[in-house]
Amino acid sequence: MSEEVKKQRPAPDPNSAKFKLNAIAAKAYADAQEAKERGEMVGWCSSNFPVEIPETLGLYVCYPENQAAAIAARGAGEKMCEISEADGYSNDICAYARISLAYAKVKDAPEQNMPQPDFLLCCNNICNCMIKWYENLAKELNIPLIMIDIPFNPDYEVSDAEVAYIKAQFLEAIRQLEELTGKKWSEEKYKEVMELSGRTSRAWLAATSCAKYTPSPFNGFDLLNHMAVMVTARGKAEAADAMETLLKEYENNHETGTSTFRAEEKHRIMFEGIACWPWLRATSTGMKSRGINMVTTIYADAFGFIYKDFDDMCRAYAKVPNAINLELARDKRVKLCKDNHVEGLLVHTNRSCKLWSGFMYEMSRQIGEACDIPVASFDGDQADPRNFSEAQYDTRVQGLTEIMESKKEGK
Amino acid sequence: MGYVLGIDVGSTTSKGVILKDGKEIAATNIVQAGTGTDGPDLVKENLFRMLDLKQEEIDYTVVTGYGRKTYDQADAQISELSCHSKATYFLFPQARTVIDIGGQDAKVLSLDAEGKMVNFIMNDKCAAGTGRFLDVMAQILQLNIGDLETEAAKAQKEIKISSTCTVFAESEVISQLSAGVELPDLVAGICQSVASRVAALAKRIGIKEQVCMSGGVAQNGGVRKALEKELGVSILYSELAQVTGALGAALYADEKSVHITK
Repeated sequence: MSEEVKKQRPAPDPNSAKFKLNAIAAKAYADAQEAKERGEMVGWCSSNFPVEIPETLGLYVCYPENQAAAIAARGAGEKMCEISEADGYSNDICAYARISLAYAKVKDAPEQNMPQPDFLLCCNNICNCMIKWYENLAKELNIPLIMIDIPFNPDYEVSDAEVAYIKAQFLEAIRQLEELTGKKWSEEKYKEVMELSGRTSRAWLAATSCAKYTPSPFNGFDLLNHMAVMVTARGKAEAADAMETLLKEYENNHETGTSTFRAEEKHRIMFEGIACWPWLRATSTGMKSRGINMVTTIYADAFGFIYKDFDDMCRAYAKVPNAINLELARDKRVKLCKDNHVEGLLVHTNRSCKLWSGFMYEMSRQIGEACDIPVASFDGDQADPRNFSEAQYDTRVQGLTEIMESKKEGK
Repeated sequence: MGYVLGIDVGSTTSKGVILKDGKEIAATNIVQAGTGTDGPDLVKENLFRMLDLKQEEIDYTVVTGYGRKTYDQADAQISELSCHSKATYFLFPQARTVIDIGGQDAKVLSLDAEGKMVNFIMNDKCAAGTGRFLDVMAQILQLNIGDLETEAAKAQKEIKISSTCTVFAESEVISQLSAGVELPDLVAGICQSVASRVAALAKRIGIKEQVCMSGGVAQNGGVRKALEKELGVSILYSELAQVTGALGAALYADEKSVHITK
């Protein structure tokens, strides 16, 4: 009788971008935990806070948004949300916030643990719910909060006055952190971090722009995973190296006619909104099974920060997607659609993100008209699984597919 | 002579249409049992009995509707969005906007001059503005769903009912009943509630005339008239409204069967 051989996955190539990027994301948590155990002060940081500040100061920080996404993707979003809801937080509040507030209370989530914070770094350029979320964390945990206010920008450009307003806050944050942690700001180190952040960002933006090729050399869902490194570690040398490897891999895929999208690419769409983490497999399969590759998303732009000095950095943080007006946000997306030959737009009406989803009703209509592409939307949530219906999602994606097919057939 | 079959497995009902020679609607059938029941099989049995047909005489079957993915006796499955577009254009070639209110969803479809669906919009994850809303309300009022139209027509005024949530609306209706309001006025308010919800959806995608309604709720004149008022346009509907999805599936089945024959 032959012995049954269990099929094993090949060991990941340690020189691959995927291996390097996963290692960086995992190491960020491990490094913060070790720092905590050494007695260093560790922070929690919002995703669009200038990572250059803690990086230059040599501080270890963790990102509650990334942690909440990981917890949700691994199936514990509902359990954590219910803990916060039992404490009186409405289920209308962002699910990342509910998961994070629950974690601050129970201090354990096997799906993704991270050290408890000694200080908090918050920047409201990504959303305003963040302010109350971090204020409550600060009160519950009785720790200092450094809050940076970046106003919503109604104009196309960032004015000098706004740069001055932001710069004063960044400088004050540095002063507060020096005083709090005893670490010292070094201009030399900042330049190094800035250069690395630029290198990482350039490679990331170039890699994501490889979607201009048909077929795309990558599966757009890759971007959602790799983005974690752009959020947390873009100022690190290993991140720059990993992103440059990613770019080389995508260029090589294009030259050899291969792709990480493991199906025939029949349709190319832009996905709008944060991933529906609790239903990542369902949302991904619903597209892949129909040959739909999500070739681009505004995420591709969101975490690529390129600037030449401190003032320019302030300007860059005032231009992140949720801090800009509808017209500029639309134009950026229209460009992505046109550059990447997008044939349809799928909008995640994310119950957690009122700001982002709220202006998508009108913006998606304008994008559809400007690019002459069909638009479909589905209800879901970035971390609360209760806000998604697989059957509803499936019908909408099928409808979108049928329109794209029909347009191609010229029926 | 060729027969094709279209089956629409909905959330609350199953519908079927047999098409003869691609043009003639040979038989239609509706069973009040949807996905996860023997409703789809019963529909097929009924249709075969009506025309004295056997399975082997059916050239092609297309399934649509909420239960389309679990129905394993069809040759192909197509979304209800495309099927409603196809059938509405077949019934009304002047149709450019289709409003379909089904058991658990509402959708608005934009068609081009060739009847091709170019865009669509659907309700969010909420039963307000769907057929289920009307079912719940009819139950509270101890009316048959078909009586809503007759009652609404007798209304002297309209009692405003929430359009944002079925559960809240249910409480409101009970309160109004306790307060002794006239039944027709209450029913008119219920129809208006569905209409205002669906009109908001339709306005988002843009209304192009001719507007047509499909789906079971199209037969409710109370909702249809309220919707005409909300949108400021006339709305056409067919007696076949409830089997529109199945008719679209049958039309697709005919196209596919012709394609195979070629």
